[in-house]
Amino acid sequence: MSILFDGLSLGAIYALIALGYTMVYGIAKMLNFAHGDIIMVGAYAVFVTLISGGHIALAIGLSVIICVIMGVVVEKFAYKPLRGASPLAVLITAIGVSYLLQSISQLVFGAEPKTVTIASLGAITLFGAKISVSSIVTLVIGAVIMAGLTVFVKKTRTGRAMVAVSEDKGAAMLMGINVNKIISITFAIGSALAAAASLFYLMQIPSVEPTLGSMPGIKAFTAAVIGGIGSIPGAMIGGVLLGVIEKICLSVPVLAPYTTAVEFGLLIVILLVRPIGLLGKKRREKV
Amino acid sequence: MALLEVKDLQVNYGVIRAIKGISFEVNEGEIVSLIGANGAGKTTTMQSIMGLIPIKGGTVTYDGKVINKIPGHKLISMGMSQVPEGRRVFQELTVYENLIMGAYTQKNKKQIKEDIGDIYTRFPRLGERRNQIAGTLSGGEQQMLAMGRAMMSHPKLIMLDEPSMGLSPLLVDQVFDIIRDFHKQGMTVLLVEQNAKKALSVSDRAYVLETGDITFSGAGEELLNNESVKKAYLGE
Repeated sequence: MSILFDGLSLGAIYALIALGYTMVYGIAKMLNFAHGDIIMVGAYAVFVTLISGGHIALAIGLSVIICVIMGVVVEKFAYKPLRGASPLAVLITAIGVSYLLQSISQLVFGAEPKTVTIASLGAITLFGAKISVSSIVTLVIGAVIMAGLTVFVKKTRTGRAMVAVSEDKGAAMLMGINVNKIISITFAIGSALAAAASLFYLMQIPSVEPTLGSMPGIKAFTAAVIGGIGSIPGAMIGGVLLGVIEKICLSVPVLAPYTTAVEFGLLIVILLVRPIGLLGKKRREKV
Repeated sequence: MALLEVKDLQVNYGVIRAIKGISFEVNEGEIVSLIGANGAGKTTTMQSIMGLIPIKGGTVTYDGKVINKIPGHKLISMGMSQVPEGRRVFQELTVYENLIMGAYTQKNKKQIKEDIGDIYTRFPRLGERRNQIAGTLSGGEQQMLAMGRAMMSHPKLIMLDEPSMGLSPLLVDQVFDIIRDFHKQGMTVLLVEQNAKKALSVSDRAYVLETGDITFSGAGEELLNNESVKKAYLGE
């Protein structure tokens, strides 16, 4: 029971990050490999605010704002000039941005992990199982954020414009949609979700280092691909699935050392069986 | 006065000069056609006017303003609208949502609702299928949807790129009826067509485009009776 809860809350973290990958892929048709490092930026923002005596609420606010600015700035200066360039050039740029962010944080904060203590929430007993409160908080807030995002994309003018841009940029432009603005908004939303993920991550592992974003970034990317890259519900399902599997594996002593192998193995199996991912859509190739 | 004036337009695809400096104009209240074979540059011309493809040289003037440098999405609120080649309706959105997208630049919710009602009256098929995903519509229905969607922004100038492509003769007639309707409602129409006979019969004036150059121009009637046009495009 507690494993399931932990798995679901880890899954919610992966799902939040995976949403950033999948939305950016859906709209800008690029893999933003620097997305994981936005989590690291968010975590350092929390760290700096807390050690300078700031309140946790301030830390959360600053983390979100800094991540959003970072996401939009990276898009504007690194990716926008490459619009229309070959996908490989964009991909390599994204990897470059990832290393740039990691190196800058290493220069500023040093390579050693720093401890970040977000108020300890303890655990409660539910249905006879001990469940950490941070897991419940992560799960509930994560679910609310994802529900909000779904409604936003389906029901608002901007959300629908995002769907239109992801399907056909040219046709979207003919509707009067400012495609560049929609891409910026997408990066901003993805980065805000990454900031939320960084907070939940720190609640589980209270330590921050320059490469903090790499592993959750790659796992979340895996989740996005499992769910079907470009699909918003796919990213949520993929994330939750991966989180639960990870926690289950970790709880079985024989499997525990191979947890990561199991997760990436799952990716390979799914790609073999269903190359477009669980909820991915086959796209009509334009003639 | 010309509502749309294209002067010495040049467009390149890489090193290939697709449009070699063409000039034409569309006066307010006219239906004007660009006809020509596959690969003549008709769609390229249409797309470059809306900023979908960058222009190499020349000027495009709309309503007295040079619009070369204006981002394409701003042209919609200036009263230009285009039904692109291949319809390009949003496949994953419903009929209703597609029409809402067409009204992206419109602010008045009540007006949008009325406009959608009008479109359902004009195209009863779309009304019946309002909640159906556009990708599941037939080609003809998608064309109607694309035309309805383009009307949602209340355009002064509507540009249609190969609206009859891939449609059965009955539907082609319907499409041209709608074009006449647009005209009756006071819209200016720029039409690109391979179906030269149909296009010329509704047009006030027409231009013949051949491998990036305009080779003939004149009144629709006149071109219909022109010997070389007949031979090359009307299959007579």
